[in-house]
Parts: sequence; C-alpha cells; structure tokens
Amino acid sequence: MTIHPDLLQLLVGVGAILVVASAVGYVLQRRFSPDGANQAIENLNDRIRAWWVMATLLAIAFIGGRTGVILLFGFCSFAALREFLTLTNVRRADHWSLVTAFFVVLPYQYYLIWIDWYGLYAIFIPVYVFLLLPIVSALRGEAENYLVRIAELQWALMIAVFCASHVPALLNLKIPGYEGRNVLLIAFLIVVVQLSDVLQYVWGKLIGKRKIAPRLSPSKTVEGFAGGILSATAVGAGLWWMTPFTVWQAGLLAFLIAILGFFGGLVMSAIKRDRGVKDWGHVIAGHGGFIDRLDSVVFSAPIFFHVVRYWWTGS
Amino acid sequence: MSTTRANDAGMARRTAAGAFAFVVTLFARFVTAVHGTWVGNEPSRRRRIYFANHASHGDFILIWIVLPPRLRRKTRPVAGSDYWLKSPLKRFIGRDVFNAVLIDRNRETRTGDPIAIMQDAVDRGASLILFPEGTRNETEEPLLPFKAGLYHLARSRPQIELVPVWIDNLNRVMPKGEFIPVPLMCSVTFGPALQVADAEGADAFLDRARSALLALRPTRNGSPA
Repeated sequence: MTIHPDLLQLLVGVGAILVVASAVGYVLQRRFSPDGANQAIENLNDRIRAWWVMATLLAIAFIGGRTGVILLFGFCSFAALREFLTLTNVRRADHWSLVTAFFVVLPYQYYLIWIDWYGLYAIFIPVYVFLLLPIVSALRGEAENYLVRIAELQWALMIAVFCASHVPALLNLKIPGYEGRNVLLIAFLIVVVQLSDVLQYVWGKLIGKRKIAPRLSPSKTVEGFAGGILSATAVGAGLWWMTPFTVWQAGLLAFLIAILGFFGGLVMSAIKRDRGVKDWGHVIAGHGGFIDRLDSVVFSAPIFFHVVRYWWTGS
Repeated sequence: MSTTRANDAGMARRTAAGAFAFVVTLFARFVTAVHGTWVGNEPSRRRRIYFANHASHGDFILIWIVLPPRLRRKTRPVAGSDYWLKSPLKRFIGRDVFNAVLIDRNRETRTGDPIAIMQDAVDRGASLILFPEGTRNETEEPLLPFKAGLYHLARSRPQIELVPVWIDNLNRVMPKGEFIPVPLMCSVTFGPALQVADAEGADAFLDRARSALLALRPTRNGSPA
C-alpha cells in the first residue's frame, strides 16, 4: 500500500483548491450572509463542505487501492440505484426482480470487476440481466405497465450499476509502461468531470445568458457549457503527467469526458423533470442525491474506459 | 445478592435493547435513507401526539430516526399488546427496545381502557406516536378511516398538540407478504399541529385530522402515489 508520488501530488493539489474554496466561502459568508440568510452563499458553503467529504472518501479509497475503490463505487451504485428506483413505476409484482437487482446483480457485477473477468462484466447486465429480470417479473403475472416497468428497471441497472462500475474497471486496464498507476486514471476521470461541472456552474453564473435547454435544465447556459468544457479540457491537458497520455491526447480525452458529462447531466435532468422532482435525493447537503453528483461520471466512465482500452492497451 | 443479580439482568437487558435499537435504526437508514421534513411546524420539547399513516412495522422506526435525539427518548409509540406481547422476542422489542405504550385492541378480552393507558403515559410526560387507522393498511387506499381513540384522547387532554406525520414509500420497501426489503428512499413529513375545537364532534374532528394527514402526501408524476 504505497502512495504513488503523482497521486500524492494530486491529493495535495485538490486539498489546496478546497482550502482556497473554503476560505472564499467563509469570507463571503461573513460579509454577505452573517445570519445565514443568503441562499446562494449557504448553498455554496454546503457544497464546499460536501466536497471535502467526497474528496476525503475518494482519497481514502485511492490509498486503499483496489479494494477501497471497488467498495466505494459499489456503495455509490447501491445509493444511486436506490434513488433511481424510488422514482419509477416498479411495484409489488416486481419485488423479486428488485431484490435480485440489489442483492445479486449489483454485488456480482462488482465481484466480476474485482476478479477482472472482462468477458463477463462487459456483458453481464446488458445481456444476461436484460433477459433474466423480465422473466422474473413475468412470473408474477402482472401485465399492467409491464414494458414500462422492465424498461425502467433495466435502465436503472445500466446507469447506476453497469456504467458506474466502469470507474473501478479502469483499474483492470493493462497499459504498457503504466503498471501500478491505474488509480490515477480514475483520478483523472473524476477530476476532469467534476471540475467541468463546477466550471460550467461558475462560467454560467458569471457570463451565462442564453439557455441551452430551457425545458430540461433551466440553469444550463451556452456560455456555461462552452466555458466549462473548454476550461476542463485545458485542466485535463495540464494533468497529462499523471496519465499514460501525451498533452494533446490528455486534452482530447478530457474534452470527450467533459462533453459526455454535460450530456449525462442533461439526460438525468430530463428524467427528473419527467418525474417532477428537483433532486434525486437529499443525502449530500447542497448537491441533492448521489445521482445528482454522479450523473456526469456515469456517462463518461464507460466511453473513457473503452477508448483507453482500445487505443492504449493493445487488446 | 438477589437484587444485585436482578440489577445485572436489568442492565444486560437495557444494553441488549440499546444495541438492538442501534442495529435496527442503522439498517433502516441503509435501506430507506429516510429524511424528515417539517412543514409549517418545528421540532419541539412540548408533549405532543404524532399521528401517522400505518403501512408497515417499520413506520415507528422511521419517525423515531428523524426526530431529534433529545425528543426520541420521551417519544413512545402506541402499539397493540395483542400483537407485541405474543412472544418473548416481540415483548423485548416492544417493551425494552421501543418503550411502547401497549394497548389491547380486542374489545372482548381487554382489561384496561386504552384511552386511560395513553392518558397515563402522556401525564407522565411522554409524547406519543399513534396510528389512528388502528391496523396496518394493506389496501390500495392511501389511508383507512380513523378510529375514534385519537379524538377521545385529544378531547381529554386539549392542551396537547396533535401533529400529523406522513410516512412515504415504506409500503413499497416491504410490500405485504414479502420478507426481504427493497432499498427505496423514504420520507417522513411533519405537518402543522392541530387541536380539537371546543364544540367539535368526533366525526368532524377525525375528518379534519385525516385530511390534514393526507395533505402531506408528496405528489409525484408518473409513479403511483
């Protein structure tokens, strides 16, 4: 359990950014919201505090290595699945499908990643579970909304379990000359995606005017989108030293990750809007639920995984 | 000598009850991520009667979890002794773990008057959690008709606030006849307190209380309420 110097450097960097953010939040609160009345500042400080918790958990997981990362994302999948299914039409007749999804499918997918059985974890949910769960639900003989119910369950598993599990799956990639540093690929993915979210928010607040998708997500603006994606790309390129990529490759991949992350947020907003809720949950103060924080990671992780696997592992 | 042994036994029982409560509440949080909201009301140290919808044995536990810890200790659920005294395990859970106020729901066999037992608990300083439907709701209806006990209790202790509490989604976590819970998010919503008006009759009051409780139901598009 040694900490790679690059990882240490990254953790120190993230810690420094959070210290600055907390200091700014503190000053803003003292000056503009001493009685806690300014909603925007209170929310900002809630978010910064939650970031501390999330960064700490990730750091512990990274230092814990393979076990830590798989456990952390396994738990995130659990929480995300719990949030997703709460908003669906699943009902009494689907009880055994749901029990299977939570207590068999989810642990087994992460177990497959643990034992590095790529041939199965890449198709387990999209093929086997896709066919199995409708059978389990059909056995109860409840036809009302059947297609809607099984589609929602499959979608929930794809998003919350299958896609999310591709974050720890990055540990399995065998990149020549990059042995023992794969946890930094995860760090790269998460830092770029999450910074992109934050930067989109910041750019949108600063110069955002034209709404990009007023009906789905009224807070997203064209200026926030462009500014956020471009600055995240620049940050990604600047992080090339911790990746197996060159500067321009790192920038290109960061661009890809940030774009996918943006659309992940958009898609999940569309679902929330459809279901008439503002947030997926209430677990993370200032952020909402787990899915509110994971939506962009979930969309970018599988594509990032496969792009890197195809071009960098030679398999 | 024998008193020491009795004390030890009592201590062991209390420790076991505390450990049991800890495990149960941790498990309930894991499965439901339960979240409490107060609408037009605030947590208060005043004695209160919380009345809630009842769909599952876990209902009381969720209310208990979202109450601030200092209120938890003096808040006791009202439960049927005809159920909770049936076996040693149930008796342990009902009496030792949750400190329930046990009343016999069976008119023919009961010895004590349920209202008097509840009045006594309130007079000793407890807040109560009451499920005025009288039994678990296993129908498709959101809420069964209320029994009159809530009215009689409120009438006899008019200074005590009645707080409606809607527990959402627990019936989907653990549907009737299933024994493995499905993790889904649950919420507990506390509404504005009510009191019995001076000349208000039982039916009018129970109607009002029932509507106040139903009004707390979250609305959701697309999925069954």
